[in-house]
Amino acid sequence: MKVPVVKEILKANDSVAVENRETFDRARVLVLDVMASPGAGKTSMLLTTLDRLDEGVRPGVIEGDVASSIDADMIAARDVPVVQINTGGNCHLDAPMVRSALPHMDLDNLDVLFIEDVGNLICPSNYKLGHHYSVVVSSVTEGHDKAHKYPGIFAGADVVMINKWDLADVFEYDLDFFTQGVRMVNRDVPILPLSSKTGEGFDPWMEWLHTAVGSIAPVQTTG
Amino acid sequence: MHELPATQGMLDVALEAARDVGALRIREIHLVVGELTSIVDDSVQFYFDILARGTIAAGARLVFRREPATLHCHGCGHREGVVPPLQPTCPACGALELEVTGGRAFRVDFLDVDGGDVEGCPGEATTPAEASTP
Repeated sequence: MKVPVVKEILKANDSVAVENRETFDRARVLVLDVMASPGAGKTSMLLTTLDRLDEGVRPGVIEGDVASSIDADMIAARDVPVVQINTGGNCHLDAPMVRSALPHMDLDNLDVLFIEDVGNLICPSNYKLGHHYSVVVSSVTEGHDKAHKYPGIFAGADVVMINKWDLADVFEYDLDFFTQGVRMVNRDVPILPLSSKTGEGFDPWMEWLHTAVGSIAPVQTTG
Repeated sequence: MHELPATQGMLDVALEAARDVGALRIREIHLVVGELTSIVDDSVQFYFDILARGTIAAGARLVFRREPATLHCHGCGHREGVVPPLQPTCPACGALELEVTGGRAFRVDFLDVDGGDVEGCPGEATTPAEASTP
């Protein structure tokens, strides 16, 4: 007997993602899923971003890693609330894992929550977490062909960064080639070359971020 | 590696749909998988054979239908199905202004089951208790 189904396989995850999103919206927290390959510089990008946030913007971080708390320790050293999720081998965060971290976060006292996904250009793009925007961090050192090879993750990006831009000349990075690959699957996404080390190129990113925060969270002005 | 949770999700969807119609055994699961999802058929089958043990889906055959990603050239209008890695130039005219759409599907299309006499439908709120048993 033939039984029609036509159901998305990740619907169980997606329904938890919807619940997460409702939680974020109730607390008026902007939530970003930061995705990249291992070593692209997600954590260093976050650290530079934390240093440049406007006064009054209250950040938090959820760190997803296969194992260890190395990244979380660096965030905590900035006095920023951070929760570590160790996936124990899983190559991506999913919505239930993020939900399990939320009781450890004082969402009502945050304006922006960065979720640093597990380093991987394939799996994280398939899993909704409840976040508002997806930030994909590519980097000069991994080469300019990443969008051509892993189009799925770039197709869903709301911001694309090219980190380690201070090394672009050394690596003979072809920005036009990379841009062309991204544009094939994502016509309008901002593509931002920047360096987390020197701070070069961060202004447009911080402007995008502050605009996004302002659209969701009323920023507290400190007297 | 990422096929493991994906396969578990697929099995859950299939078992739920089979229960809804009171099926005794799942013979085939027909899947639609997009070309840009990086899901490997053999890997899904490998995990499925392990995860389905002891369920009514044990031994079921997985049938994959690939949903193509479509390249569209804004230069000459050429269209064709593509798989990663995407080529940077139009194979017909060499233009760089290309757009790729589709290829993101990942769903259970239909099942072939033994037993059960209700034509199931995802919209029906049929519970296992309500489903008639043969």
